[in-house]
Amino acid sequence: MQVRVKYRVVKSKLAQALIVFLAFVITLPLIAIILYIFKEGITKINWTFLTHIPKPVGESGGGIVNALIGSILIVFSASVMAVPVGILCGIYLSENKTGRLSYWSRLCVDVLQGVPSIVIGIVVYFWIVKPIGSFSAISGSVALAIMMLPILIRSTEETLKLIPFSLKEAGLALGLPYHRVILKVIVPCGMSGILSGILLSVARIAGETAPLLFTAFGNPYLNTNMTKPMQSLPLLIFNYATSPYDDWHDLAWGAALILLFTVLLLNIITKLTTRKWNVQL
Amino acid sequence: MTSIAGTKREKNSSGQIRAEALFKRTLVLIGCAMVVLVLGILLTLVIESIPSLKSLGLKYLWGKTWDPVNNVYGAFPFLLGTLLTSFLALIISIPFSFAIAIYLGEYQPKGWLSNFLKNTVELIAAVPSVIYGFWGLIVLVPMVRTLEIKLGVLPYGIGIFTSALILTIMIIPYSASLGREMIRLVPSQLKEAAYSLGATRYEVIRSVVLPFTKSGLFAGILLSLGRALGETMAVTMVIGNTSLIPTSIFAPGNTMASVIANEFTEADHTVYLSALIELGLVLFLVTVVINMVGKRIIKRFTNE
Repeated sequence: MQVRVKYRVVKSKLAQALIVFLAFVITLPLIAIILYIFKEGITKINWTFLTHIPKPVGESGGGIVNALIGSILIVFSASVMAVPVGILCGIYLSENKTGRLSYWSRLCVDVLQGVPSIVIGIVVYFWIVKPIGSFSAISGSVALAIMMLPILIRSTEETLKLIPFSLKEAGLALGLPYHRVILKVIVPCGMSGILSGILLSVARIAGETAPLLFTAFGNPYLNTNMTKPMQSLPLLIFNYATSPYDDWHDLAWGAALILLFTVLLLNIITKLTTRKWNVQL
Repeated sequence: MTSIAGTKREKNSSGQIRAEALFKRTLVLIGCAMVVLVLGILLTLVIESIPSLKSLGLKYLWGKTWDPVNNVYGAFPFLLGTLLTSFLALIISIPFSFAIAIYLGEYQPKGWLSNFLKNTVELIAAVPSVIYGFWGLIVLVPMVRTLEIKLGVLPYGIGIFTSALILTIMIIPYSASLGREMIRLVPSQLKEAAYSLGATRYEVIRSVVLPFTKSGLFAGILLSLGRALGETMAVTMVIGNTSLIPTSIFAPGNTMASVIANEFTEADHTVYLSALIELGLVLFLVTVVINMVGKRIIKRFTNE
């Protein structure tokens, strides 16, 4: 009897040790990736790197200013397109919990969330690039905006659902029109969730490459015209990392470091804002 | 004086009423827009893949050769490549994601150590896939090559196995975080009952927690499979991009997503382009079905 109990206890302890070990193994690749990219990237980053365009093959030096500016422009215009639509759609879904249209709308948001990013690239190619006749930064922004929508909608909907109904009733009882109750009472209360949704969706699309392959396409020169092909950080990393040239690899490492830290920083800021805002509420 | 104020207020309130109607209409319109957007995506894919559907028919899906130069298109190598990489990644990831889910859901739901693990898992999901691809190409490929030399297979380095390893890292967060949510839903009475009967912690997990969360854990695996099937960049960078049928899990190959990424801008005639879009259509349909089923299961599970 005693032996049997001891056996079971030991077995339980061993299982726990195994689970803890397996669970924490996952931290190794992340730490390895961050350290490796930091080590390779930090030596490449300097003033020239941030202010010059890439040099042709065979010349060392040069920088990635075209990709930096391109990324900022593409992501910014994607956000300008997606944020209002996403928040309004989130409001619509949280206000209409039942109903046929909201059922289908919710289903479509679910579908959209699962669509592989490369498929969105193909579709936007046929919607914008082909009719216009050339690759363009704006088509890349549209593709990224479509990718942002489900995250924005979901976070807005989930946040607004949690806001007590009495707040809305109080607003309506004061004679406020419906849209002012929503925009001046409900949305400000859910600001933390909406804000973190915006930050998360930006972090998600900042590193997206696949939808940009057939839309923004990439450009070795500095371009600020949204109707022309434009370089972006993920595209530059992809093109230069798969090239056989060491100079281009150097540029890609630097770009990877900047991209990785921007994305991780955005994620961390999201966490901090949510925590802070939650306290205020 | 009063009449002026009255008309002003009247004007104001009628304006408000109009704004209210406009706002409500905008909301409905945007709700419709989502449906239109998804239908538009589906329609575009279907219409653009008609040329290939017409000239290649259904045998396209199991044709074994992909040779655009001679106008021969068979998608089987890519279907196989996608299935191999995804399922291999799934199998490798399951012990890790279950361990994370059990640790965070059962052993240590609170405390700095579990917070650290939770944040790490979230950051893993946040790293852009192109960065995984780059790191895999430079760090993982030589490691796999050494392993392949030891195993006595052709040391490509790149290939199905390497892509599966990268995919494993990328999909663990999805099934782990979902699994954690599911495990936390297990009613504590059930666990307490088992403990009071003298069960050890391992026995509680094995015969109470896991059976209770079975369907939820399965849904988590399905959703991470959806991720793995559609992942493009990291796989493209380390899979080797050949259109031959992979002969072993260490051989180079191609997935549906990676062949689209590689050849879409090179496709110079209608059938070629359309064959690639048909791959996209298949990818779209498969991931949509997998996601829908996964989400249905989760919804049913959380409502119970």
